[in-house]
Amino acid sequence: MTHTERTLIRGARILGGSPRDLLIDGETVAEVGTGLSAAGAAVVEADGLILLPGLVDLHTHLREPGREDSETVLTGTRAAAAGGFTAVHAMANTFPVADTAGVVEQVWRLGAESGYCDVQPVGAVTVGLEGKQLAELGAMHESAARVVVFSDDGKCVDDAVMMRRALEYVKAFDGVIAQHAQEPRLTEGAQMNEGIVSAELGLAGWPAVAEESIIARDVLLAAHVGSRVHVCHLSTAGSVELVRWAKSKGWQVTAEVTPHHLLLTDDLVRSYDPVFKVNPPLRTEEDVMALREALADGTIDCVATDHAPHPHEDKDCEWGAAAMGMIGLETALSVVQHTMVDTGLLDWPAVADRLSARPAAIGRLGGHGRPVAAGEPANLTLLDPAHRAVVEPGAFASRSRNTPYRGRELPGRVLHTFLRGRATVRDGVPV
Amino acid sequence: MKHHLISATDLTRDDAVLILDTAEELARVADRPIKKLPTLRGRTVVNLFFEDSTRTRISFEAAAKRLSADVINFSAKGSSVSKGESLKDTALTLEAMGADAVVIRHHDSGAPHRLATSGWIGGCVVNAGDGTHEHPTQALLDAFTLRRRLVGGRNGGAGADLSGRRVTIVGDILHSRVARSNVHLLTTLGAEVTVVAPPTLLPIGVSHWPCEVSYDLDAVLAKSDAVMMLRVQRERMNAAYFPTEREYARRYGLHGARMARMPEHAIVMHPGPMNRGMEITAEVADSPRCTAVEQVSGGVSVRMAVLYLLLGGAWPADTARTDENGQPA
Repeated sequence: MTHTERTLIRGARILGGSPRDLLIDGETVAEVGTGLSAAGAAVVEADGLILLPGLVDLHTHLREPGREDSETVLTGTRAAAAGGFTAVHAMANTFPVADTAGVVEQVWRLGAESGYCDVQPVGAVTVGLEGKQLAELGAMHESAARVVVFSDDGKCVDDAVMMRRALEYVKAFDGVIAQHAQEPRLTEGAQMNEGIVSAELGLAGWPAVAEESIIARDVLLAAHVGSRVHVCHLSTAGSVELVRWAKSKGWQVTAEVTPHHLLLTDDLVRSYDPVFKVNPPLRTEEDVMALREALADGTIDCVATDHAPHPHEDKDCEWGAAAMGMIGLETALSVVQHTMVDTGLLDWPAVADRLSARPAAIGRLGGHGRPVAAGEPANLTLLDPAHRAVVEPGAFASRSRNTPYRGRELPGRVLHTFLRGRATVRDGVPV
Repeated sequence: MKHHLISATDLTRDDAVLILDTAEELARVADRPIKKLPTLRGRTVVNLFFEDSTRTRISFEAAAKRLSADVINFSAKGSSVSKGESLKDTALTLEAMGADAVVIRHHDSGAPHRLATSGWIGGCVVNAGDGTHEHPTQALLDAFTLRRRLVGGRNGGAGADLSGRRVTIVGDILHSRVARSNVHLLTTLGAEVTVVAPPTLLPIGVSHWPCEVSYDLDAVLAKSDAVMMLRVQRERMNAAYFPTEREYARRYGLHGARMARMPEHAIVMHPGPMNRGMEITAEVADSPRCTAVEQVSGGVSVRMAVLYLLLGGAWPADTARTDENGQPA
């Protein structure tokens, strides 16, 4: 269904610049300037608001099919729109696993039906995420879902030969393997970052080396076979060094960091509150600072939420019994503003780069991550950077409530989101 | 945190000395023909055990009964309910039944903390061992035995702490809740603690603990007033923590020749159950210097003191009980 209405956004600070008007005509940005007027157009007064290209998430768990008790494509994309996203990559660890053309097409179709944001399915690398046999990567690519990003996320493709073959195979259609870097033997029973706090709490450690050793191997494999590799939710200072080194060699390596790894540390685990249980685990202050610096200097390409909804009962229990993961779509931009913009590490054009242009480029999403300019697709989000509020999980559009930010004051609020010209969020409410 | 006993770090030096002094007084009850006090009559103590531990459970049971409390033993092991649901739902059930104190043993580190802070129950929570985290009453009973043996005098050293005493803890420090609680408590009481283990059985981060760390048992024996041997599970060698039982026993086991290098007054402790031939030889285990059995009897007195002070008596510097938010309970 083609959108034909016109919307005039008045006085928005495009990428944080001085106020401009922007006219959306149908699905496209028609004009950018000052003193624009358009008879019959809906008007959005955007005084003081920052206008960004619609955000793109490379790492979202929408849970459908299989775990509709925690999220569905509809609720997850509403949450995404509320967070300013116009495209999300839906991870493959559903039930059944998204390892066939049939499942990825189903998820893709559900996304199209939801209308809140584009859903680009991620295909599993191996059948059932088992690491034993390559899934039909070509069939998923050729399906209606046009899968480009493949990942066994939640599990690591730990077999070196399997990883090599997957990297090589997807070169045929410009695919990328997004690796969940976790050496399985080093992390058996792991509950939290291995360090001073785990020693004190008596929780089995998840050492940084388990992530770093896989990243080291994978960047070498990618270099050897000339393929693209993407590092999911990079979480340690050592991983940053490895990616920086690989990039200095000119290898096709990209990496993402989650908002929670930019803000939270393993000190929070002292509460034994499972809302802080996540994989990879919260690390140390030193890691957080290295991740911020790496995102600022571009070593880390993008922020990806790893939005991981879980039903209440999977978190309302003792630490060891709890599920790993946090929701993040509706707080991502606020956390980035808090950790990166308000600290002076990133300006708004760079935020647009890290949360829109680069993830869209990695996922080869043509219509997203574009400049805010006439003739471009009208995928846009408007943020009020002056807003400050305490996070109230009950207000989320997501079906789940497992946010680590409950009760924490964060800056910024997404007020309007447009997907190809149509408002998906108006005055902070998904429509 | 005085409403609960979750970690040895909950206790100040004065708290710990008061518990030990109270335990000394209560120990005298055990010498009477009628080993029972009316202190906790009408109060309900639940032993909530998610993990088998007959020794610890009967010790708490004896302690509560000698104080005339009603005791309910709840063994949750083998429950078909999933683990997460069972802790919360079990807690709500116990709350509905009016439990004044819940003594919990759980396989997950942090479960007692969660029980105490989640709002599921209002009663006192006593940690009887959680995963590889802590076992504070074991540390208290070890301190009780240490004080009797190394400080001594009338009333088992009442009023005194363990200042200047050197205690060496040997074995699987990585997985030991006994070690964690003892390092904290004995340090709080003024002792100098050294942990000894092969590097594989020490946690990353141990250098931040308030103790010395050594890989060499022989180097520390001569300057130890007490050597505490921890149980080492034989299965650990399957995960390559050490090559063989024999190698472990050779390098870290306490045998007669090693014991002979300890100072004359020094004692050998073991929280039990012992792996004879592994971390301790029969010769050492059966020697008069080994306090393993004495530790068990001290355990009842110490647990009586903990229940008495949590449920009946007053803690120093904190006569009004407070919840985790610092509000009067």
